Amino acid sequence: MNFIKKTFDKARPAFSEGGRLKSLRSVFEGFESFLLVSNATSRSGASIHDAIDSKRIMSMVVIALMPAMLFGMYNIGYQHYMAAGLQGGLMEMFAYGLLALLPKIVVSYVVGLGIEFVVAQYKHEEIQEGYLVTGLIVPLILPINCPLWMMAVAIAFAVIFAKEIFGGTGMNIFNVALVARAFLFFSYSSKMTGDDVWVAKESIMGLGKDLPDTFTCATPLAEVGSGDVTTSLNDMIVGLIPGSVGETSVVAIALGAVLLLWTGIASWKTMLSVFVGGGITAALFHAAGTSPLEWYEHLALGGFCFGAVFMATDPVTSARTEGGKYIYGLLIGVIAVLVRVLNPGYPEGMMLAILFMNLFAPLIDYCFVQRNISHRMKRAKANNR
Amino acid sequence: MAFLSKQNKEALVEPLNRNNPIVAQVLGICSALAVTAQLKPAIVMGLSVTVITAMANVVISLLRNTIPNRIRIIVQLVVVAALVTIVSMVLKAFLYDVSVQLSVYVGLIITNCILMGRLEAFAMQQKVLPSLLDGIGNGLGYAWILVVVAFFRELLGNGTLLGYTVIPQGAYDLGYMNNGMMTMPAMALIIVGCVIWANCAFNNRKNKP
Repeated sequence: MNFIKKTFDKARPAFSEGGRLKSLRSVFEGFESFLLVSNATSRSGASIHDAIDSKRIMSMVVIALMPAMLFGMYNIGYQHYMAAGLQGGLMEMFAYGLLALLPKIVVSYVVGLGIEFVVAQYKHEEIQEGYLVTGLIVPLILPINCPLWMMAVAIAFAVIFAKEIFGGTGMNIFNVALVARAFLFFSYSSKMTGDDVWVAKESIMGLGKDLPDTFTCATPLAEVGSGDVTTSLNDMIVGLIPGSVGETSVVAIALGAVLLLWTGIASWKTMLSVFVGGGITAALFHAAGTSPLEWYEHLALGGFCFGAVFMATDPVTSARTEGGKYIYGLLIGVIAVLVRVLNPGYPEGMMLAILFMNLFAPLIDYCFVQRNISHRMKRAKANNR
Repeated sequence: MAFLSKQNKEALVEPLNRNNPIVAQVLGICSALAVTAQLKPAIVMGLSVTVITAMANVVISLLRNTIPNRIRIIVQLVVVAALVTIVSMVLKAFLYDVSVQLSVYVGLIITNCILMGRLEAFAMQQKVLPSLLDGIGNGLGYAWILVVVAFFRELLGNGTLLGYTVIPQGAYDLGYMNNGMMTMPAMALIIVGCVIWANCAFNNRKNKP
């Protein structure tokens, strides 16, 4: 540690105002506080410093995303090898998926962090670390065949219009990763939904083989729209089904959820109520005969788990009052299933449900805060009497 | 009064930039979102509104001393409605396909806030010439925003300008795709926002000593 600190101390003058590299000041500060605990202390009053700051929180979420990401890589390879009729070992499939996904992760971070660095430098602020998580989530919620340039455009749009103009990390109303996905969904819907975007079609560095353009493969949720379910519950839970990269495996997402809940980063109230809301709505629809899926199948399929665990619990965009979290989560679950079942145009409703409730989170909070205020007023009046 | 005295010039030029009906006063947004999916209807719409604001301003300015104050809104509406009907008929006669594309939005010029705003705020108090210039200025101020928004929307949404393909086939072969969201009103609102941003940034820079 001492060595790192000395290196930073030595380099500091060059990056300070008037130094040779002052245009890279924000980058320097970003790396410094990422590797070392920030040196800055409050100037006045008492303050308590916790060991956990937003950089640690972000790192923890990234670790929680790892199982879903690794499984997603394996599943990309698995789907490709199955579609191509090839026999491959576990490592071979994983390597294929790694090579397919890695460029997306790299592009996502380069574009997103690039914009963050430029904005931080322009506004003379520290680099904000919010993009660490967003940058990994975006490739995981897209279909594997989404072209790189589209993803780059969507990320630029989302970071600028959903985050920076609202004031940067912690100030955004909408979940940035979901805005990127929504932008792609409405702008380039032929590359985001349908039957030919879910399985990688090209051979990469000698692995796999090129598939014909006519090859198609629908997700289970899309199959529900057009007929019956053919996927077994086992496959839905393990996740060896076509879908967006990180969303297919319930098991891998559950591992991440355990870490998030154990460290207290995600709220169990939000997470639980999303599942409850979705489960009840799906059970009602199933009982009414509108949806052929059982309630647990609705929860296991598509982006429901991923959304509930990693997106709905986003501390910035979700409701912040404790009571509000129940309402917020419950309505996400309800709306997600409503969209799935009632709108034939959208097989998946999780993205729209979360974005919609992001919009209402401040209102929910407002109502709960007002309720608390009036409760306490009444109590105060009763005590004074 | 001289034709281009300082006041007259201001009445004509201010609405183009600093006092723009869309960018600064944020009026007439609905039609700006609705008709700007393509360039041609946007140009026609902009010109129609310019003609109507100019003429309505002149008529109301001429009548301003005879209009009873209590029924002035009705009188203004009648004048505007008559002008809109004339413009709508002219469009149907000479530019039928564009008038079909514009559909109800020509008729809805009657309810355009810019018009009533100018009649109430300007033409009711001013002489004929300044009113004419003010109407032209506001109409053109509205029109140029429409044209800018429609330019980006048609270029990025359809790959065409005025109906002619501008993005080469080669780009599509390389994987380029038209942005479907550009053809939706949601994106129009974001582009209007960007125009407001650019306009404010430009004006603030000019104001600095």
